[in-house]
Amino acid sequence: MSLPQHLKVEAYRRMLRIRRFEEEGTRLFKEGQIPGAYHGSIGQEAAIVGACLALKDDDAMTGTHRSHGHPIGKGADLKALMAELMGKESGICKGRGGSMHLADSSVGIISESAIVGGGIPLATGVGLSAKVRRTQQVCLCFFGDGAVNQGTFHESLNMGSLWQLPVIYFCENNGYAIVTSLASSHGQPSIVARAQAYGMPGVAVDGQDVTAVYDATSEATARARRGAGPTLIEAKTYRYDEHNVGLLVPGKPYRSPAEVEEYRTRRDPIVLFRQYLMADGFTEAQLSAVESEVAAAVSEAIRFAHESPLPSPEKLFEYMYSDSPAVSVK
Amino acid sequence: MPHEQQSSESSSSQGRLTREAALEGYRRMVRIRRFEEEAMRRATAGEFSGMHSSSGQEAAIVGACLALRDDDYITGTHRSHGHPIGKGADLKPLMAELYGKATGICRGRGGSMHLADRKVGIIGESAIVGGGIPLATGAGLSIQVRGSDQVSLCFFGDGAANQGTFAESLNLAAIWKLPVIFFCENNLYAISTPVVKSHGQPDVAKRAGGFGIPGVIVDGQVLSEVYEATAAAVARARSGAGPTLIEAKTYRYDEHCLGLQVPIAYRTAEELAAYRSQKDPLSLHRAELARYGVNAGDVADIEKKVAAEVAEAVSVARESPFPDPAEVYDYLFSNPIHYPPDSGR
Amino acid sequence: MSSQARELTYLKAIVEAQREEMLRDERVILIGENIDIYGGSPLFDTFDEKRLRNVPISENSFAGMGIGAALTGLRPIVDLTIASFVYLAADQIINQAAKLRYMTGGQLSVPIVFRACTYYNICNAAQHSDRPYPFFMNVPGLKIVAPATPRDMKGLLKAAIRDDDPVLVFEDMNLWTQKAEVPTDPDFLVPIGKADVKIEGSDVTLVSIAGCLPRVMGAAHGLRAGGIAAEVVDLRTLVPMDRQTLLESVAKTHRAVIIDNSHRTGSVASEVSAVIAEEGFHSLRAPIQRVTTPDVQIPYSAALEKPLYPSEERIVAAVKRVL
Repeated sequence: MSLPQHLKVEAYRRMLRIRRFEEEGTRLFKEGQIPGAYHGSIGQEAAIVGACLALKDDDAMTGTHRSHGHPIGKGADLKALMAELMGKESGICKGRGGSMHLADSSVGIISESAIVGGGIPLATGVGLSAKVRRTQQVCLCFFGDGAVNQGTFHESLNMGSLWQLPVIYFCENNGYAIVTSLASSHGQPSIVARAQAYGMPGVAVDGQDVTAVYDATSEATARARRGAGPTLIEAKTYRYDEHNVGLLVPGKPYRSPAEVEEYRTRRDPIVLFRQYLMADGFTEAQLSAVESEVAAAVSEAIRFAHESPLPSPEKLFEYMYSDSPAVSVK
Repeated sequence: MPHEQQSSESSSSQGRLTREAALEGYRRMVRIRRFEEEAMRRATAGEFSGMHSSSGQEAAIVGACLALRDDDYITGTHRSHGHPIGKGADLKPLMAELYGKATGICRGRGGSMHLADRKVGIIGESAIVGGGIPLATGAGLSIQVRGSDQVSLCFFGDGAANQGTFAESLNLAAIWKLPVIFFCENNLYAISTPVVKSHGQPDVAKRAGGFGIPGVIVDGQVLSEVYEATAAAVARARSGAGPTLIEAKTYRYDEHCLGLQVPIAYRTAEELAAYRSQKDPLSLHRAELARYGVNAGDVADIEKKVAAEVAEAVSVARESPFPDPAEVYDYLFSNPIHYPPDSGR
Repeated sequence: MSSQARELTYLKAIVEAQREEMLRDERVILIGENIDIYGGSPLFDTFDEKRLRNVPISENSFAGMGIGAALTGLRPIVDLTIASFVYLAADQIINQAAKLRYMTGGQLSVPIVFRACTYYNICNAAQHSDRPYPFFMNVPGLKIVAPATPRDMKGLLKAAIRDDDPVLVFEDMNLWTQKAEVPTDPDFLVPIGKADVKIEGSDVTLVSIAGCLPRVMGAAHGLRAGGIAAEVVDLRTLVPMDRQTLLESVAKTHRAVIIDNSHRTGSVASEVSAVIAEEGFHSLRAPIQRVTTPDVQIPYSAALEKPLYPSEERIVAAVKRVL
């Protein structure tokens, strides 16, 4: 199930959209135009896009505090995402969610949870719903290596397997939870090795290779759609920046500069895929056109965000409930 | 009641039970069985409210406890009676606790689900399923930090194996090689839900590999088998090599709790009858005792002594006073520390 | 007691309290996520991984692990990092730590400290911005403190570590850079269960909860310039609450305004109001006022978030309503 021809340029486009969005977003954050905390996905683009491309439009997804790449990977419009980062009313969550919660339901995202492991039960529930309603939908659940130790991972995978729910449990294993290495926090280093405990298959894949990720995820979605249950996919990937932009890490470095350099120069998912495309017969002109288009889309998104108004405090209580009463602030 | 000598006399160098330990094992299993039967009778008669019986699970409990020292810790569950008895506790305060009396092991404040006897190393019997697993892990952490050679054994059921605390705790114990034995009394049903309807994969011990620790399945109805596997895990823990997950396949004769209504049968009468007749832990162990040269007279002697013990426990419990309501706040906190008189601004 | 003191930030007070107590008592250990880069990092100069345990993300179980260690001879400090994460640990805190002494009729002792820091007003959105003190007030068996100055932070954290009962310590990251004189005496303690009158006054009692203190003090100074002498009572300990100090103050001023940055319904301010209304009713000459965060999920956008927390303006407005 290799990456089909009609998706190859799209894969490149989406990975590049994530990369440029995050680069610009990081710059804007450092300039003070984006508040809060910024958790970027630079380096993890292939893991995200390879998985998303294996899904259909009506499939669902859940994600994490490292939330920007997921909607972009699933094809979301960048304007509403950038506006959300700037806390604008035109943001995808009307300025109420922010950077850790870029949940774009128009592309099927149910939640981007900032509580580590918080989205895994939700994804399992989406799978349950699909099964009860007898649809052909699947739910892709993104989480990191840190979430694997959270009790919700254990509880959710057990239920997903028990009831053969159409869920793909997709671990973006970037090797570190903030600064805590996998080796120091996991009883044994293979995340897929935990799958057999629940009676489901586990598949490890090179997360820097978008075609490999696509293959593995396609197989898992096909499995899920024919009623054979969930799969645990472990995509070994890498995060270039710190856990969040500007994080100060005192004392001994938790990872060597050589390791970061190795990934940046020899395992960059976009560089690797561009090489693959060129070897596959795509031309420099074709790829440059995509690059220009992406640059324009990101600029447009920033312009849109800048020009959008902030939410008005009178509307503070909107979206609390299905019908929100007005309450004054004393 | 003084505690019996434990593992230093329990086994030969090959890890097999000595004759004395095998006898002690039988005695403790009988104590659990008779205690539970009598307690069930008394609760049914309305003398106290309810309980969760361990009848049928005696070999799993006692086999594990025999492998422990007096100063080793255990945590348990709502099905709490068997654990202190298995570890050698006096029956009188346990029975008095069921009656809610002031002489109860928890002074009438814990009750049937919480028969924690600290003197025999129990640091909690949690009614929150899976709630004791982190506690046992913490006892292991404490042992490691203090540099002691104690171990911590954690009893939990098949139901708890799906609780998040199970995975989180096994991982914590694994990364630091804590001296913990995770012991699953898999009695095949969580209330009325069979393991195959709640577990994605039915063998709890097979979850161990995901944490990088050994997982062992034993026949929980055979005391010597449970003992040998636990002794090996205890030795591993004491040596600093870390935790083990043991799954004892066992069986519960009574319902999850006294008086539980079961409108739709979740198990067959045939299955229950088969366990009682072919897999009863006391019967199986009597056959084992015969191989040690123990005769019927010795066995009857144990039965008689235990019957007297249980009767005495009931009569002491019935005669004991209830706690005084004016003392309801006792044990809410420890005593406060004393601050120097001029502190506070 | 020595009168030596030096200037310390609130954040450094947290680290120093832990260091001193870990030096004093080898049974004290620290458990938390990423403690090698967050508040615990200076401790690595003095202690090693035996007593500084960096844990995987598994709050319920590592909180429970701390409790198990407390039951068996250690005195752990469990750092839950951001206060919104305490819910993950709530089962172990509530059903084990708070109840084990009582349920076992005194056989077990749980000398443990749970620390959690409230992060809010920094555009972290709803899942990172909670101030959960009120939930735990409803659990008998827990002591809860919320210090608002470097001095109180150090003294209360040390007292919590020395306390034989489970204590929840809520810190406030908005106070981290606050500086004040803090005693250097390693046995300097602030007693749990005692409120502190930070400013004396006779016209109105301002009860300050947790990190509201700087704004309450600001409001009090502003009021004084306008001729109103407000008395500022910093509650410091939420459980057991110092009812005596509260009632003495209201007996003097006859008016109470309670400032609490938790959400209005079931807030700490609600409990304080009930205590004053029940036991100090005849002292009051006006209704009690609560200045709290409204009952709404914390929004990301600063335009929506900033106005939510108690401000000097809102405090002064509340005072004007009762005078």
